[in-house]
Amino acid sequence: MSEIRNYTLNFGPQHPAAHGVLRLVLEMDGEVIERADPHIGLLHRGTEKLAEDKMYNQSLPYMDRLDYVSMMCNEHAYVMAIENLMDVKVPLRAQYIRVMFDEITRILNHLMWLGTHALDVGAMTMFLYAFREREDLMDCYEAVSGARMHAAYYRVGGVYRDLPDFMPKYKTSQWHNDKDIKRMNENRQGSLLDFIEDFTNRFPGYVDEYETLLTDNRIWKQRTVDIGVVSPERAHNLGFTGPMLRGSGVAWDMRKKQPYEVYADMDFDIPIGTNGDCYDRYLVRIEEMRQSNRIMKQCIAWLKTNSGEVMVDDHKVAPPKRVDMKGDMEALIHHFKLFSEGYCVPEGETYAAVEHPKGEFGIYMISDGANKPFRVKIRAPGFPHLAAMDEMARGHMLSDVVAIIGTQDIVFGEIDR
Amino acid sequence: MSKKADTLLQSLKDHFGDKITRSTVCCNEATIEVASADLIALSQSLHDDFAFHLLIDLCGVDYMGYGDSTWDAHAANSGFSRGQQTSVMQEFDSDKHPQRFAVVMHLLSTEDNQRLRVRSYAEGEPCKIASVVDIWSVANWFEREAFDLYGILFEGHPDLRRILTDYGFIGHPMRKDFPLSGHVEMRYDETQGRVIYEPVSVEYRPQTARVIRDDARSS
Repeated sequence: MSEIRNYTLNFGPQHPAAHGVLRLVLEMDGEVIERADPHIGLLHRGTEKLAEDKMYNQSLPYMDRLDYVSMMCNEHAYVMAIENLMDVKVPLRAQYIRVMFDEITRILNHLMWLGTHALDVGAMTMFLYAFREREDLMDCYEAVSGARMHAAYYRVGGVYRDLPDFMPKYKTSQWHNDKDIKRMNENRQGSLLDFIEDFTNRFPGYVDEYETLLTDNRIWKQRTVDIGVVSPERAHNLGFTGPMLRGSGVAWDMRKKQPYEVYADMDFDIPIGTNGDCYDRYLVRIEEMRQSNRIMKQCIAWLKTNSGEVMVDDHKVAPPKRVDMKGDMEALIHHFKLFSEGYCVPEGETYAAVEHPKGEFGIYMISDGANKPFRVKIRAPGFPHLAAMDEMARGHMLSDVVAIIGTQDIVFGEIDR
Repeated sequence: MSKKADTLLQSLKDHFGDKITRSTVCCNEATIEVASADLIALSQSLHDDFAFHLLIDLCGVDYMGYGDSTWDAHAANSGFSRGQQTSVMQEFDSDKHPQRFAVVMHLLSTEDNQRLRVRSYAEGEPCKIASVVDIWSVANWFEREAFDLYGILFEGHPDLRRILTDYGFIGHPMRKDFPLSGHVEMRYDETQGRVIYEPVSVEYRPQTARVIRDDARSS
């Protein structure tokens, strides 16, 4: 029999299961991983350096491009950091809108994770199912901000504008006749809130569909149960947050423990795992989607019965209304100063974190009193998760690495920054 | 919340005494500063005695040019400077910060539900500081990042390689004296049949001058 020796395998950076531009150097003994060395930085764009050279408001759209599957949650941490330093109080309606869109974003992110994770492990159908629902939520993004992905909707002091009263509708084309269009536009007759409410009524049924496909699926369980087990102690030590920490059985959720915006008034549960393997993390994220749906319903009920401003009435931070600028010199000056020089943030430092779909997303901001941040550090949840790849993959087979990348919910926009 | 930060600081002061060189509360967040020589012992104690089991973040900071303004009304008369003084050299002001480079850690205790920020200045040339990777494994990549972007050396780190920048990159890009447009650019050269590096051809065009104003609302 011939002698089998260790060899080194290069995985990526162009590999469909690498979720972007991950390059993994794997030292293998046969098919068993002995050491995994992730090489990152292939998507490094210097966001932090760029932010130091820009006025506070100008860096906001960069935040969308960090974790490009949970855009609004990134913006949320960034505007919260500035609001902390400037002591800006956000109007209540804007807080509800932010919470609702945070949860929409969480579902968007988890659907993306579920689709790609299942696809990597071999279940093609999940991908198509998940993207069907993502389409509806992307339409919500578009209706509210004009952009399907990079919304730039959260602003310092509130949100860019109030929720629209109508939902864009499909038009007849060479691919869809009148009958199709009528059916497709059925739930788009009312306002954006009506559309989202219709979605929240349909969505639990969709989650049941996903679960029938996966939860008791023999192949799915063979690929995920007892793969990448992390104990609660190691999860702490490795800097895990979010579903990765909860999958290991630690009931830690920023929305409950250190509530921001109106999360303190929301009624929802935190799911936790017991074994800390890929299957538990799958169950945690599935349950999180159901809980997000619950939070969305509560926000919709509040938003439908209460009205109010969505932006602070402080023109040092928020631009004046277009209509005021036509006749009011003061408003015009405010607008000019705000967009040419920006606002100066008082000297100080803060760390603002949100419970991002992937974990704790934080912005550490140092201001020296200028109109540009002195230092912005982006704490991306995926960064420590990927760093734990070596420990999680050691002793597993090559095909399990793909399952572990999937369960870590890696997105390179935020890891490489 | 503010009360919580104060009580945490008080208990830390009682425990560590004058090892804490400075402590502040900003935005209801507690910050302590420690000498780099005490960093390891203090971190170990924070981990063991104060249940800070999670190192949320570790990052470098370059304090060069802290509090400098580049606004010059006369410069706005010609060219594309937009009122920005381009001749101003950034300087490090040792009155405000004892050393140019600092390492900032954000700790979280999920048991006690509290956060703490620890700052320690890296000393020497090249600047060095002790690695906390033996206390929190997560520090491994964070320290590699701080080394890559700021050139801070972490003594005792098992594998201090660059992490975010390109293979063979020269310099530390997040330092304040590193230009935003960088030093080299790369392109594919058809005659040589490979990717080559050249000095950058773009010129830095200032956007908005850096202005420091006292805001009436914050005073």
